[in-house]
Amino acid sequence: MALKALDYDTLNENVKKCQYAVRGELYLRASELQKEGKKIIFTNVGNPHALGQKPLTFPRQVVALCQAPFLLDDPNVGMLFPADAIARAKHYLSLTSGGLGAYSDSRGLPGVRKEVAEFIQRRDGYPSDPELIFLTDGASKGVMQILNCVIRGDGDGILVPVPQYPLYSATISLLGGTLVPYYLDESQNWGLDVNNLRQSVAQARSQGITVRAMVIINPGNPTGQCLSEANIREILKFCYNEKLVLLGDEVYQQNIYQDERPFISSKKVLMEMGSPFSKGVQLVSFHTVSKGYWGECGQRGGYFEMTNLPPRVVEEIYKVASIALSPNVSAQILMGLMVSPPKPGDISYDQFARESKGILESLRRRARIMTDGFNSCKNVVCNFTEGAMYSFPQIRLPPGAIQAAKQAGKVPDVFYCLKLLEATGISTVPGSGFGQKEGVFHLRTTILPAEEEMPEIMDSFKKFNDEFMTQYDNNVGYSRM
Amino acid sequence: MRRFVIGQAKNLIDQSRRRQHIHHKNLSFLSLLPPFSAPSDSSSRHLSSSSSEMSASDSSSSLPVTLDSINPKVIKCEYAVRGEIVNIAQRLQEDLKTNKDAYPFDEIIYCNIGNPQSLGQQPITFFREVLALCSHTALLDESATHGLFSSDSIERAWKILDQIPGKATGAYSHSQGIKGLRDAIAAGIEARDGFPADPNDIFMTDGASPGVHMMMQLLITSEKDGILCPIPQYPLYSASIALHGGTLVPYYLDEASGWGLEISELKKQLEDARSKGITVRALAVINPGNPTGQVLAEENQRDIVDFCKQEGLVLLADEVYQENVYVPDKKFHSFKKVARSMGYGEKDLALVSFQSVSKGYYGECGKRGGYMEVTGFTSDVREQIYKMASVNLCSNISGQILASLIMSPPKPGDDSYESYIAEKDGILSSLARRAKTLEEALNKLEGVTCNRAEGAMYLFPCLHLPQKAIAAAEAEKTAPDNFYCKRLLKATGIVVVPGSGFRQVPGTWHFRCTILPQEDKIPAIVDRLTAFHKSFMDEFRD
Repeated sequence: MALKALDYDTLNENVKKCQYAVRGELYLRASELQKEGKKIIFTNVGNPHALGQKPLTFPRQVVALCQAPFLLDDPNVGMLFPADAIARAKHYLSLTSGGLGAYSDSRGLPGVRKEVAEFIQRRDGYPSDPELIFLTDGASKGVMQILNCVIRGDGDGILVPVPQYPLYSATISLLGGTLVPYYLDESQNWGLDVNNLRQSVAQARSQGITVRAMVIINPGNPTGQCLSEANIREILKFCYNEKLVLLGDEVYQQNIYQDERPFISSKKVLMEMGSPFSKGVQLVSFHTVSKGYWGECGQRGGYFEMTNLPPRVVEEIYKVASIALSPNVSAQILMGLMVSPPKPGDISYDQFARESKGILESLRRRARIMTDGFNSCKNVVCNFTEGAMYSFPQIRLPPGAIQAAKQAGKVPDVFYCLKLLEATGISTVPGSGFGQKEGVFHLRTTILPAEEEMPEIMDSFKKFNDEFMTQYDNNVGYSRM
Repeated sequence: MRRFVIGQAKNLIDQSRRRQHIHHKNLSFLSLLPPFSAPSDSSSRHLSSSSSEMSASDSSSSLPVTLDSINPKVIKCEYAVRGEIVNIAQRLQEDLKTNKDAYPFDEIIYCNIGNPQSLGQQPITFFREVLALCSHTALLDESATHGLFSSDSIERAWKILDQIPGKATGAYSHSQGIKGLRDAIAAGIEARDGFPADPNDIFMTDGASPGVHMMMQLLITSEKDGILCPIPQYPLYSASIALHGGTLVPYYLDEASGWGLEISELKKQLEDARSKGITVRALAVINPGNPTGQVLAEENQRDIVDFCKQEGLVLLADEVYQENVYVPDKKFHSFKKVARSMGYGEKDLALVSFQSVSKGYYGECGKRGGYMEVTGFTSDVREQIYKMASVNLCSNISGQILASLIMSPPKPGDDSYESYIAEKDGILSSLARRAKTLEEALNKLEGVTCNRAEGAMYLFPCLHLPQKAIAAAEAEKTAPDNFYCKRLLKATGIVVVPGSGFRQVPGTWHFRCTILPQEDKIPAIVDRLTAFHKSFMDEFRD
């Protein structure tokens, strides 16, 4: 009698428990509808190029030359590529040991890591050691590697903001750890109150959980808030006192849409705090080529920088990285280009600056258009997108809608988002995918659709929303925060 | 189209290969500590005398993350391919710069890792043309492009871009990989096997390794879950199982019969594991083998398929070396083809087949391209696989494109076909020659026997070490094969991986050496190795 090889019941429970709504139910439904011929606007994931943003020219020229180095021998190469791209391709090829097709050092090409260190130093004004910078196939892989190191079992808790980008909850589930939520305050612009942190930690500890690390996403995802320097200091002090390693997800550091709170890295703040914090707080900072104004999601390029991790631990992380041999070399080169872009005087500088500026200024405008558009709906309250790529409006749902959702077997925001999708083709992610306070509903959309399409999209949303409210509103009281 | 030119660009890369490790200026901290040692692991671990040099922060208990407090599975796992010997080699290479006279060799030759292009193998021109055009699509709008690229590479780039929404190669794709590329891969699998493949069964990954990790994650809930692995094995399997907290159930390949896989051995190990309360979930088979290089006979494969079917095991078929077969009496047959030709379908066998762009004749390790073809799972299980893939969003697009290219290369009549075939045949025939030359040289050494490399990229000679050598190794608190390999490195600059990194029948010693150094370097390697071995045996002969 043949035994059943692998069925659902015998799967690793941690896999079954893990959820990742960004490509979950709504996305799958949207894909189905797209196959049926419906026009879908995918605003479920921060994927700029999928919505028409063009790649920056210079980096693509350099990578193309690195893909096909024989072009560099051709006398006509100058007809297709500017001299600085040619020079840069030669430079990056010289940093490799066999071009794009050879495994690099498992931590990434030393020459590129050096450029990353120099970038960090320029940005923060404090030295950075290339030996403590590891390149990864996207920042997500780096997050997984670090969490894998920190989580020993379900007795280990990781402080994660709610709402959060569900990479964290999914990874913690997969690794068998415990997510310890700390709530961001929507009424305070998604601010972080250290008292909330203390409460969360105390509660976890009372349940026998050892809280090991704290995640901050700055600028926030899905919430978009930019942390102030004072806030970061508080967090670092908190980590020092509570003995937590801080995981600083800073992938949106280039995406800042207001001037009151420019980006400041956790590392910089930590170094500025001096003794005992600067040597006493462990920090891992993450960055990527996927966001910013580069938006090169498909390349899978990222890095993490470790601060105050013991050398033996760094070695273990290196060891695990070596099992995967090396991150992909094209993206490493792209990372090098991102941290050392064209400078004034370079042949390609003007074009590069124009393209970059164009993207950032448009994102800023779109952040505003979207926020205002949502706020113009009576039952919608939306904090301004200070940074990152998302809008996270709170949708106040009437009891009639909640009832209908229950009957359909759906969580209310999922119900709303499915209806929105079917009516307008706008594919969002329900707030439940990110975590939210009980009884309060949101959706996450990106600010990435083309600027010229934004007004129509917001009109479309408003039309749907008003009709939805008319259908389900029986004036008996709303969900609210 | 411009023909592939061995010119400036290659020189650039040649130079850079020599210089690359010089940039490792700060490996010093690694040199102070015994790399990758697993204090709790009793087998042949390397304790170096410098382990006493621990910095204050190592022993500090006030920091949350220290060696004592990290995930013990991380500590437990090992990966020798880039382990201790390689670190020593990198230090020597650094030192060679300034201290040439101190060494009896002028360069380090890395034979530890299947990384062909780092040793001079050239990429396939057509593939790189397509990748370059997809990297910078504006090229396709320029008339000058036709003077620099072959016409079929331009055509293929257009075809691929048409399959990518918005031609946006910088966007996250579908989490299984771009549909059109999966279609091409499925067609390639069908052309190879004569049996259909479903693009929805394909999951594209950053190299084959992440696919293996995903399956281990799925299959392993606790140490009660066992995975049957060949011994010797490529240590991705042992490391991955350790990281996921499972149990490796070894089955020994038979060196005396060319690393044969006996079903009786599989049965024995399976029963043994079950009697210890282990639920054996899967059987991993590497074909062609790594490090052992054997290509399974079709009959053997049929027995393996039946075994998995009867015992309810998932068959994990690592087939990344499918294009590397060097002997006329053996041929690669995919396990999918074998199963289907036995009349087994989706309901009969759960099979996961892995392929990669890193090996074959393309050797594109740094691109990180690969896929797994998943068949025989129920839809609820497949949803879980999809979900896991989606957490990482997608694999890198350039690697996806390359994976589709290797499964659908130029055909007769295509513009690039002649040059493509010349490049491919050139590389494969050279690999076959190198495999033969090195195998013969190793077999001539005293006390060394070496099975032929029927496929893959490695030789795995057996060292019958004299007792004196074994005693000397023990005195240095290191495994005998590690001892031999370190001596080899210091005498010749040749870097190989001790057999203990792959596991072996206890009491036997091996090392794994790649066949990848360029052909013109092989005679010098053979000479140095031969001279070293003679002097080693002179020193330690009983």
